[in-house]
Formats: sequence, C-alpha cells, structure tokens
Amino acid sequence: MQWHSFQEFIAMGGYGFYVWSSFGITFLAMAIELLALKKRRQRITNMLKQETV
Amino acid sequence: MDIVKSKSGINWLKYASPKTFYPLAGQLIPWFSVGAAVLIVYGLYLGLLVAPTDFQQGEGYRIIFVHVPAAWFSMFLYLLMAGYAILGLVLNAKLSHMMAKSIAPTGAMFTLVALVTGSFWGKPMWGAWWVWDARLTSELILLFLYIGYFSLQSAIDDTNRADKASAILAIVGAVNVPIIYFSVKWWNTLHQGASISLTKAPAMAAIMLKGMLIMALGFWLYSIAVILARVRCEIMERDSKAALFRQDI
Repeated sequence: MQWHSFQEFIAMGGYGFYVWSSFGITFLAMAIELLALKKRRQRITNMLKQETV
Repeated sequence: MDIVKSKSGINWLKYASPKTFYPLAGQLIPWFSVGAAVLIVYGLYLGLLVAPTDFQQGEGYRIIFVHVPAAWFSMFLYLLMAGYAILGLVLNAKLSHMMAKSIAPTGAMFTLVALVTGSFWGKPMWGAWWVWDARLTSELILLFLYIGYFSLQSAIDDTNRADKASAILAIVGAVNVPIIYFSVKWWNTLHQGASISLTKAPAMAAIMLKGMLIMALGFWLYSIAVILARVRCEIMERDSKAALFRQDI
C-alpha cells in the first residue's frame, strides 16, 4: 500500500485532477458503450416481438 | 472441409455460420464478462494502491494504467478488424464482415480514450493538452479511420456492398497502425518511447508492468464480450426471420 491517508490517495501528489479524470473518462466510456449495446439489443428484440405478434 | 476436420477432429468451419455462432457467443459472453471485471478490479488495485511512485513523473504516471492498454487495443482492434475484413472479402463470409463491423465501435472507443487520457497526461507533464507530434497525430488519424468506416457502412443501403466497401477502407487504413507504433522511433517525438518492447527489458518496475498487463488483459476480455454481444445484435438484425434466437425474445 502506497498511501498513508485517504486525502493523500485522492490528492495523487498534486496530480489528482489529471489522474482521476483519466480513470473516470475511461470507465465512463466503457459504461456508455455497454449501455448503448443494451439499448440496441432491446430495440431489436422489441421489433422482433412485434413482428411475431 | 476434410482438411479442416482432419487435424483437430472438430469442424471449425461450422462456427463460420451465424446459426451456430449465435448460441455459442451467447454462452461465452458471461465468462468473458466476469473475467474482464475481475482483471480490471485487480488491475486498478495494483495500479492505484500497490504500484510505487514514479521517480520522474510522481503520481501522475498512474494514468498509464488506463492510457497504455487503451492505446494498445485501439491499434490491435483495428488490425483485428482489418483481418476480419480480409477474411470476409476472400471467403465471402458474412460472419467475418459482421465481426469486422462489430469490432469498430470498441476500437473507436479505445482510440478516443487513449487520446483523451493522453491529453490529461500531457497537460501536467508537457504543459499542453495537445501537440502535433507524430504519435498523437497518427493516433488521431486512427480515430478518423474508424469514423470513416462507420460512415461508409451506414452510407450504403445494400448490406453486401456496404460490407465490401468498408472492408476495403479497413484494409487500406491498416497501414496507419505500424506508423503509430513506430512513430516514436522514426521521428523525434515529444511522446516517450515504448515502455515495453520485445527486444529490450521493460523500462519500468515489475509491479508497474504487472498492473499494466493485468489491466490490458481485462480490456481484452471486455472487448471480446462486447464484440460478441454486438455480433449477436448484428445477426438478429440481418436475419430477423431466423428461428435460432426466438427463445431469447
């Protein structure tokens, strides 16, 4: 473990803004991709359901 | 057929048909998803909590734990997409074109992530969000190639023609990938050289390297899961009459 306190961990030696923005953006992008894919699948299954009816 | 069959006892060509691929992909997705989640959490633990401070770049270097794997997969997924495009053209296999098309969004996402996280690294280290350096510029061109690929796919109504035209674009654009990779060697770039290469010992602490590789492996499993799920959507869209996924609806 590199850190002595939670504040120190958040501050990232003064690079906090840059480090946390980078990690945040990366996982946000992945989350958006997953959400878009889920929506696409729902759209298709709804369409196919209507066709069956 | 027999040549493919004889060596392994398995008829691999069977999986080239969307009909058999659809349920297989469905069975594989949960495994890849769980693997990706476990590896990414472990990678975050190593990168943010265990890895030591860099003696030159302080804590700011920790951006590499997401930046480098994203940049690797932006390039690797492009080559994979071009590979499937070649297969699609040579074998005239629909599933290969569907694979290529399904890889593109994930590749583009990682390209964007690599560019943006690179900016967040560049600002504190170089003092600039962006410079027209060979590495950065060629990575930006990669993003434009992905965007061009989507645009071409959606601009042509006929699916077969759209597949073929965009496959050619993907293959021609592949020449950009070695340019990105070797740009730091060929030109005098502001971007630092490779931290890991096949010929030299890695220029970083073993624990940093481990964190980065675990994260990269997590991104790889994530990519596979997402791409398989997208291919399934593609199969459903293209062949809505097929009975094979009716039980899923």
